[in-house]
Amino acid sequence: MIRNHQSLPVKDIPFYSLEEWRKKIIEKTKEGLRICALFAKENKLYVILAHDETGALLPWSTDVPHQKYPSLTPECPQAHLFEREIKEQQDITPEGHPWLKPVRTLYPDFFHIEGEEIHEVAVGPVHAGVIEPGHFRFQCHGEDVLHLEIALGYQHRGIERQLLHGPTKRTLPYMETAAGDTSIGHTLAYCHVLETLSSCEVSERAHSLRAIGLELERLANHTGDLGALAADIGYLPTSSYCGRLRGDFLNLTAEICGSRLGRGFVRPGGVGFDIDEKLISFIQEKLKKAFKDVTSAAALLWDTPSVLSRFEDTGVLSKKISAELGIVGLVARSSGLRQDIRHTFPFGMYHKEKPPMSTWKSGDVFARSYVRWLEIQASVKFILKLLDILPEGKMCETPGKLLKNTFTVSLIEGWRGEICHIATTDDQGLFSTYKIIDPSFHNWMGLAMALRGQQISDFPICNKSFNLSYCGHDL
Amino acid sequence: MLKTLWIRLKQGYHTSQFPKEAPKLSQRFRGLPLIDSSKCPQGCRDCAQSCPIDAITIKDSKINLDLGRCLFCTDCVNACPEKSISYSQDYRLATTSRENLILKEGQTFKLAQAANQKIKKLFGRSLKLRQVSSGGCNGCEVETNVLNTLVFDLGRFGIQFVASPRHADGLLITGPVTENMKLALKKTYEAVPSPKIVIAVGACAISGGPYIDHPEVHNGANSTVPVDLYIPGCPPHPYTILDGLLRFLDKR
Repeated sequence: MIRNHQSLPVKDIPFYSLEEWRKKIIEKTKEGLRICALFAKENKLYVILAHDETGALLPWSTDVPHQKYPSLTPECPQAHLFEREIKEQQDITPEGHPWLKPVRTLYPDFFHIEGEEIHEVAVGPVHAGVIEPGHFRFQCHGEDVLHLEIALGYQHRGIERQLLHGPTKRTLPYMETAAGDTSIGHTLAYCHVLETLSSCEVSERAHSLRAIGLELERLANHTGDLGALAADIGYLPTSSYCGRLRGDFLNLTAEICGSRLGRGFVRPGGVGFDIDEKLISFIQEKLKKAFKDVTSAAALLWDTPSVLSRFEDTGVLSKKISAELGIVGLVARSSGLRQDIRHTFPFGMYHKEKPPMSTWKSGDVFARSYVRWLEIQASVKFILKLLDILPEGKMCETPGKLLKNTFTVSLIEGWRGEICHIATTDDQGLFSTYKIIDPSFHNWMGLAMALRGQQISDFPICNKSFNLSYCGHDL
Repeated sequence: MLKTLWIRLKQGYHTSQFPKEAPKLSQRFRGLPLIDSSKCPQGCRDCAQSCPIDAITIKDSKINLDLGRCLFCTDCVNACPEKSISYSQDYRLATTSRENLILKEGQTFKLAQAANQKIKKLFGRSLKLRQVSSGGCNGCEVETNVLNTLVFDLGRFGIQFVASPRHADGLLITGPVTENMKLALKKTYEAVPSPKIVIAVGACAISGGPYIDHPEVHNGANSTVPVDLYIPGCPPHPYTILDGLLRFLDKR
């Protein structure tokens, strides 16, 4: 067992026989542990299970001598996409997998329902809005969606492969653009990997500044999402206000580091930019003002019956399905699961200070909107508090050489949810494995399930209420 | 109803006066790089070596910087012992030719020129664009999308993003053109009626950006369709994009 941001010599990763490995995973996921990652490397399978109640991470390995093993998916649905990835990347076959399609290679075959009056709707990869490409295939009966298959891979840029034998001078740009709207989240996860592997101590000040950056990223995206949700149901006041206010939060990030998306802010060993008293009071003032406007813009949503009637009971994802699929982050919390890395696997500043965990039980579009609003309030309070108690300290340390033959896991609560980076090093201290698991990788299946039995016309608001990343999934 | 109106009143008016007034940007904003290689020590290649995607080349002791590749990070600035490279606050970066994006010391940066008379006459007062994200990280996409918010209010310039390429006068492309998006991009381009224009936004769409030379990508929009306007950045600031569009339509 290890904790978040701890390391372990690769040879000490517990090893089990294939049969026992499978049995233990199935048993533990039934007890409520989640699969953070499942991947193959040189005829070995690795799983990292997360126990939210105790903050324990369990890395287990096994051998696959004949390029095949009995699939976990039938008994443990949250393994499904990981096993498809294993087949695609390493050609190891999980036998008995119900839908063994490649994850990032375009594949023309789709799940198909036949019958009288059944029709199929195909959308994408080029969409109507200014958004990323993906393909959605709906099986419908009249207006009702029986099944939605989400086929991605259009954004595949080959990042993970390029990370091997790193870090190189291009590694940081890869992290900042793994999912460009989560630059701070992914870069932070990577920096923790480097700092763990090089035993680099980051100052309290840098940890605080990183937390401020991470929460500003959350604020901007959550506010933008509330606006986009309002736009999708034609409620223009909140849509216009939040569109503008999202920019106000992005501009605060730009005040700190010059980039609205936080490029250049988080750096291995600390942060790339510090803030002085003048900037602190500027941020405090602007943040309070923007928060006042977000409050009134969001209040309109909760006070307007026509908005609530569109949000409530739409796109329900139950707590049970959410847990079975290993859903993470905001979507999981909206289904009533208590899962927030800032609380369950605290990192950096969050060991000492953290905003309260926000959850809601109904699992519908309303829940996912309302939890966003709860988190906006919590993040603003949290940032203001951090600015008040900002400790002194060095802006950035220089991490040394990486430990050899070592393994580490880094979990960060990005605005979508759990960002998981996993690294192992070789005998020269270079990355021999680097896995990036964006929260979207877990959550896309949640969207597909939430759409079942819904009207196809509700797809836009359901999709927006998840607001998942295509590029974070495709890498 | 009264509450809605009251909140409308409280929210105030936020549309910028751009282009009449210059935009207010953060003091740390990284705009057009400034090069002064007179201070460079003999044989020093620190900036070129630090650049993650080799945007800097040194020829005859002079620094050339390819804005089409530049990620506007701080690696070269931090690596240089003499501060030969620095960032200005100038957000205007759009050009109409790929060669103009190569910054050479002593030469003024050639900003985008207005499109030819025919394009200007056709699209000058109404330009409808279809956006195609072809492997972008959602950075350029979100910074393009904000042009629709009331701060920038793109509609007042007669520019609009439309849902179908058949309703469009041109494409605005982001991303390095992944192998998996190449066909979709080509088909979308073909679906736009002629005459049409293509705008490449961001380092990826111009050169491949951080993914340059990956086997999974095609190093930018030019690999698949002819580009008329280049807007560099990683991602470009919304005002950089807006400035580029207005220059191209001869509205600045």
